[in-house]
Amino acid sequence: MNLKKVDQIIDKYGGEKSWLVMILQDIQQEFGYLPPFALERAASKLGISPSQVYNVATFYSSFSLTERGRHLIRICDGTACHLRGSVNIRGELKRQLGIGAGQTTSDKEFTLEEVACLGACALAPVMTIDSEYHGSMTIYKVKAKLDQYK
Amino acid sequence: MRLQVRKENLVKLASPEQLERYRNKLQAARRQDKPCITICGGTGCRAGRGLDVARVFRDILKKKQFDRRVDIQITGCHGFCERGPLVVIQPKGILYVSVTPDDVQEIVAASIEHDEVVERLTYKDPGTKRRIFHEMEIPFYANQQRIVLANNGKLDPANIDDYIAVGGYASLAKVLTRMQSDEIVELVGKSGLRGRGGGGFPTGHKWRACREAAGYPKYVLCNGDEGDPGAFMDRSIMEGNPHSVLEGMAIGAYAIGSDRGYIYVRHEYPLAVENLVIAIRQAEEYGLLGNNILGTDFSFKVRISRGAGAFVCGESTALMASIEGFSGEPRAKHIHTSEKGVFGQPTTLNNVETWANVPLIIDKGWEWFANMGTKTSTGTKVFSLVGKVKNTGLVEVPMGITLRHIIFDIGGGVAANRSFKAVQTGGPSGGCLPEDQLDLPVDFDRLTEAGSMMGSGGMIVMDDRTCMVEVARYFTHFLSKESCGKCTACREGLLRMYELLDGITSGRGTIEQIELLEEVGLYVRDNSLCGLGKTAANPTLSTLKYFRDEYRAHVVDKKCPAGVCKELTTFDIDVKMCTGCGKCVKSCPVEAITGKKKAPHSISQDKCIKCGMCRETCPFNAVITL
Repeated sequence: MNLKKVDQIIDKYGGEKSWLVMILQDIQQEFGYLPPFALERAASKLGISPSQVYNVATFYSSFSLTERGRHLIRICDGTACHLRGSVNIRGELKRQLGIGAGQTTSDKEFTLEEVACLGACALAPVMTIDSEYHGSMTIYKVKAKLDQYK
Repeated sequence: MRLQVRKENLVKLASPEQLERYRNKLQAARRQDKPCITICGGTGCRAGRGLDVARVFRDILKKKQFDRRVDIQITGCHGFCERGPLVVIQPKGILYVSVTPDDVQEIVAASIEHDEVVERLTYKDPGTKRRIFHEMEIPFYANQQRIVLANNGKLDPANIDDYIAVGGYASLAKVLTRMQSDEIVELVGKSGLRGRGGGGFPTGHKWRACREAAGYPKYVLCNGDEGDPGAFMDRSIMEGNPHSVLEGMAIGAYAIGSDRGYIYVRHEYPLAVENLVIAIRQAEEYGLLGNNILGTDFSFKVRISRGAGAFVCGESTALMASIEGFSGEPRAKHIHTSEKGVFGQPTTLNNVETWANVPLIIDKGWEWFANMGTKTSTGTKVFSLVGKVKNTGLVEVPMGITLRHIIFDIGGGVAANRSFKAVQTGGPSGGCLPEDQLDLPVDFDRLTEAGSMMGSGGMIVMDDRTCMVEVARYFTHFLSKESCGKCTACREGLLRMYELLDGITSGRGTIEQIELLEEVGLYVRDNSLCGLGKTAANPTLSTLKYFRDEYRAHVVDKKCPAGVCKELTTFDIDVKMCTGCGKCVKSCPVEAITGKKKAPHSISQDKCIKCGMCRETCPFNAVITL
């Protein structure tokens, strides 16, 4: 229960409740997800209700209230990526890792998320692993990309 | 990674004259004829290891002791992402495409040590098969009119000196010393500039309303959410020329009487956030942002607010709610945000591209801007041309140019020479237009009349292997998930529309359901509060209008003519066309194809996952869909 870390994050934003979204992002960056104790701490330090914090934490799709794997794979399902076969890449990821969008492998190594658009549309289909971009993806490239992180 | 090490020079420009002197000093120090290797540092080229290419260039130049006589510059996004990593050798303007770290040695030997060109790395025109060496002669670039994107390839976004050297902040200085705020508003009004985010609202009107509103403080906001999938114009501007946005916002702030602002950036654009943060810091160090800009009474402070994954936060009131720390629920605009916006204060919100146009209009005048484009849609527009097109990337052209010109003359036509089926414009709020609409001019009004819209500039080309019903299903699914949930029509209606479309694409649809789909679509359109709900039915309604036959095929014949909907498609091999070359066997990810060499092959339907890779790979068109 690292309350000190949460407090530091909130203090960085001057304890201002209008920065809630970015505070939650920094908390997620620190812990890998949004742990309940951090949300309650944020509520009390910012002077807002826990339900308000949960409202925001569950509204925005980048927040996760459950622990995620060591590596985060984001597969883009934007229009350009969709047209160029992102569903096949997703299918191959399922074959390789056994997980679908929103799931984590049982060894807690990989979490797969679907995103609406990463803005690299000319390289469709695109996926990111941690913060690295992998463009012009094909079914055949998936295994090799995953191996880089194993 | 920055290759140019900036000296910690304590430059503080305390007056417009000091800015001009500093600019002259920078320009004099930069010899126009000195060779410079510019490497695109945008997200797309980085994905292709562009930064590794840059690193190898630096190492090789250092080893050969060329580093004093040749500059290296990592620039903003050039917008030709599919051909990246892009390297341009200035001042000659030789463009190398798809450069890998292993190519660098050869490039240095040819283009730097000798006056030669590495032909195999130059652009090859897909139509004429000719090699084109000079960047500006390539039809993709030559047919564009780049004013907003003009400097992306010429400056390092992490170095403010580059922006100043090409004339940056001269417009802000002009405004602060020689113009009154109402003059600025009038000038922007006369230019005819309309919101580039898709709304197309006249910018001058917006500024005037905010200027006249009562209250302090007033806010200036930049909408960098760019939620439309397939659109990356704003990403390119924020990453590649962040100061153009800052300068525009500062001018706007001065015009309306604001001293503070936010740039709202989607969190999926980390490089844009990083470059904006650097740019703000450097501009503040130089006295071009912050308190007493250029020694005047005018102060303007900007902060970055990140999105967290919500398409609806591109809507103005939802964006403001997000900045205030709430979830992004839009509100009805009986009271305009120019009177009561973020934190209940008078607010001017404009899109990234809109802001980037402002310094140019101040510099070159309203007539220069109004003379481009059409009477009611002046200036240029940046489009992101993607999908099944040969040249994908960012295209900036004057408004009024036809869809055909953009897709065929600049885009090079449909990829793999397949046939054109439709172009989707305006993101999820837009619609799909078929071939007979290709001569429509692209501006704020004409595409809307045809059932689509220009929107923020996303332009997605579709070929005969795209299923239009599946496209409607895709967009409706997206919008249904992104609905904030406030309005029953949007929340429930989109979900039902998605269920109907999902049923149709899975083979469970009926004719009556198509009529029901239309009815629900109109209901959603007419009973939703915000732009998301109001336009959410467009993808469905426009495909029903132009591609109704395809819907009928799905429900009556239970077939998907494009061969996309998996439950309605069977892949098979035509034994008359198959030569037994075996390419399909290698392409199948689940080993579903078998056959002896030089004999017709066959697909095991039990194993087949309908991915279509065999059809893509077969050189003899032997793979057919039933």
